[in-house]
Amino acid sequence: MPKFLATVKVMLKKGILDVQGKTVENSLKTLGFDQVSHIRIGKYITFFIDSNTIEDAEKIAKEATDKLLFNPNIETYEIKVSEMSEKEKQ
Amino acid sequence: MKFGIVVFPGSNCDHDAYYAIKHNLGYEVQFLWHKDTSIPADIRCIVLPGGFSYGDYLRTGAIARFSPIMKEIIRFAQNGGLIIGICNGFQILTESGLLPGALLKNTSLRFICKDVFLKTINTNTPFTSLIKKDSILKIPIAHFEGNYYADNDTIKELEDNGQIVFQYCESNGVVSEQANPNGSLKNIAGIVNKKKNVLGMMPHPERYCDATLGGTDGTLIFQSIANNFL
Repeated sequence: MPKFLATVKVMLKKGILDVQGKTVENSLKTLGFDQVSHIRIGKYITFFIDSNTIEDAEKIAKEATDKLLFNPNIETYEIKVSEMSEKEKQ
Repeated sequence: MKFGIVVFPGSNCDHDAYYAIKHNLGYEVQFLWHKDTSIPADIRCIVLPGGFSYGDYLRTGAIARFSPIMKEIIRFAQNGGLIIGICNGFQILTESGLLPGALLKNTSLRFICKDVFLKTINTNTPFTSLIKKDSILKIPIAHFEGNYYADNDTIKELEDNGQIVFQYCESNGVVSEQANPNGSLKNIAGIVNKKKNVLGMMPHPERYCDATLGGTDGTLIFQSIANNFL
């Protein structure tokens, strides 16, 4: 059965204060990076999926994300699913 | 009147709650393992205790909400059973959808452990009936993710339905930004669901049930709960 790689990016919704991002931004400014602003920090989650088709793999990735990986009250997400090369599988 | 305290892997205020309920207050209580698939029929109130269930991995409470017992807890709530979620218990209740909103990281990005003052906004709940309206309770907090957030519509709904139960305030009862320890919207420290049988609160009433530990204001909440079954 083919293997697929799913990557899920989870970010706090726009408009919710990201205190972690704000603190890192302040730190970068202290280091002289005056040009940098609007830092937001999220989560990057990867997993393998065994599935016959990419459509099924995408469906599984979306269900897993909706059920557990993100909280719709405070977060948004983007999912990418791709078939894995032989090298990636190792 | 019997309490049931759910023990998740990583719960660490379960024994505090047990001690307060049994030894300080004299009520019956038993632990319930998170893998249990039923709740004993004589349990009248479920306590979801504080701690770091599943190491707070992914999001606080996110994994605990799928523990086997949670299906029964949701059914218990739907049937009108009383549930109090304290700290991590509050986070589990929001993750499971039994309470609206979410708990974000404190705006200070610090774990805060200190006494706070709480104004009791709604005394017409099964958890606060013995508290005088607008009276001030002193109860400790100990959390990193206690910054209550919900969208504007939800906040309005909470206000309109009297679901905001506790707000952080100053010692004189003034609800101010200064008294807000973690950035919670509207200084929210505790809310109930629409039916008012599920309470979530970040402060730890079980820690202030014994005068030798610094205060006894927490007893009013457990006594109010027991009072429903006299």
